[in-house]
Amino acid sequence: MTAPARPNAALFFVARHSLAIALSLMFLAPVVFLVLTSFMTSQQSLTSNLWPATWHPGNYADVFAKTPMGRYLLNTVLYASLATVFMLLSSVPAAYALAKLRWRGRYAVFVAIVCVMMLPPQVTTVPLYLLWATWGLTGSLWPLILPLLLGDAFSIFLLRQFLMTIPDEYLDAARVDGCGEWRALRRVVLPMARPGLAATAMFQFFYAWNDYYGPLLYTSENESWWPLSLGLASFRTLHSVQWNLLSAATLLTMVPIVLVFFLAQKAFVQGVTLTGVKG
Amino acid sequence: MALTLGAPGTRPGAPPQGSTSRSRRRARERLTVLGFMAPALAGLLLFLVYPLLASVYFSFTKFDLINPPQWVGLRNWSFLLHDPNVRVAAYNTLWLVVVMVPARMVGALTTGILLTRFRRGAGVYRTLFYLPALAPPVAATLAFVFLLKPGTGPVNTFLAKLGIEGPLWFSSPHWAKPSLVLLALWGIGDLMIIFLAALLDVPQELYEAASLDGANAWQQFRAVTLPAISPVILFAAVTGVIQTLQYFTQAAVAASVAAGQAQSGGGISGTFGYPANSTYTYPLWLYVAGFRYGALGYANVLAVVLFVVSILITGILLRRFRTFLGSDR
Repeated sequence: MTAPARPNAALFFVARHSLAIALSLMFLAPVVFLVLTSFMTSQQSLTSNLWPATWHPGNYADVFAKTPMGRYLLNTVLYASLATVFMLLSSVPAAYALAKLRWRGRYAVFVAIVCVMMLPPQVTTVPLYLLWATWGLTGSLWPLILPLLLGDAFSIFLLRQFLMTIPDEYLDAARVDGCGEWRALRRVVLPMARPGLAATAMFQFFYAWNDYYGPLLYTSENESWWPLSLGLASFRTLHSVQWNLLSAATLLTMVPIVLVFFLAQKAFVQGVTLTGVKG
Repeated sequence: MALTLGAPGTRPGAPPQGSTSRSRRRARERLTVLGFMAPALAGLLLFLVYPLLASVYFSFTKFDLINPPQWVGLRNWSFLLHDPNVRVAAYNTLWLVVVMVPARMVGALTTGILLTRFRRGAGVYRTLFYLPALAPPVAATLAFVFLLKPGTGPVNTFLAKLGIEGPLWFSSPHWAKPSLVLLALWGIGDLMIIFLAALLDVPQELYEAASLDGANAWQQFRAVTLPAISPVILFAAVTGVIQTLQYFTQAAVAASVAAGQAQSGGGISGTFGYPANSTYTYPLWLYVAGFRYGALGYANVLAVVLFVVSILITGILLRRFRTFLGSDR
């Protein structure tokens, strides 16, 4: 299939790859500079030198020693993991009812959910803040975690779209065998929907991990509840930290996300191969 | 139809179904649906319907976190017309919508097209182009403030070696918004993946037919690619505009970190808009009006306006709903 010695083909090959490599370097550069800076001394990070004169891996330990990074990390892990579990508990049944059960009004509810998904969070901020204030939960991350027990619009949307691709025949077979809808969901749909669940859970986890607006709104007055996003943004002014430590801290908040991505990327590929075998 | 087949769960030998057992089954089905949907429906009421109605009501009142709402009629609404801050904030948000959204779409589409040209190596390049989109917004913003530091940052150091005096980036009122656009371009990976999937779905025969007709690459793009992926482009445009209307984190963090020690008390919101209000977006002003100045009634005016604008834009999408989401039955 390779093109017969067309002089242009080789030229295009080189051009394509040079362009892609140049772009790759541009996409990587910001992280590379962060990595280099994170190994510098405080003094050197104030200069325009790009390469560390001496390497200081101790900066990564210093971040934890000199700032409340540990507590921020703990708060973030709590927020992200509870949010993900709660979202799955509440949103999977809803997505199932929207995708696989027939009832009047389901399309209207679905449209409403898409509208919520598109709504900027600032629209409902003030009334919700007052609501949580009456319940005495402002100053903590609970106002961001607890609502996920009552479904998350984006997750319901995504799960519904995914469940729509599972053929009804599997469900009908289960129903003929006398499965109730709950059992059908647990035994038939969930195992088949694993890649979809993984993807949705990942989106929720990342959203909570990255969330800045919500924690700023509810916890800015109470530093003991700050997550990484809030702590990181205040490092320089609050703890008068230099760029070397800030770079290390910045990289540390990225690492878990990238790790989860690469782990789940495998799950995706696995899921895709499995459906390929079945189909 | 289920009647002739036997309803799910009926035992053989059960009495023939009369109307009572059918309505009982209907009732049970409805109960099942309710069981599945109850949390989400409660969520819609509590976190959407209530706050929207409350927001409209509060917009006609004056109150703060200590004093209860007091009816003031249209006073908040008439203030909207004279508020100099909202003009600046709306201008900045509009600027970002007009520049950032198209820039991201063009960037994502070109990188996506480039990726379709590879037989080998596409996977590696795709991952490399995508990874920055994973960076948490706060972390990504910090990285760019560092990268674009006026005096000693890597970018200006390079520019200086080329004999160019780099701009002040996040510290210049003229360059702060373009710097945010650069930051947004760094994270086009998610959009690129969406475009790439759409590009790979375009039937190859169409390109072959076009090239037999003598169409060059640009003509093929205009006549084949664009029409085929236009629904995805519209979807990306609408979601891009909605995302930009709520643009908050990057503007807040960039301003706070670039302003550095110049912070004047009042927490992080004291530096919003630095430098010279050039990064003051609409949601930032809503936050400051409500939670820094305690004008909660007026903040609700801003919220209602934001709601109307976003629902109008979502409406564009909903009109072509079935194209994107598949028909329901």
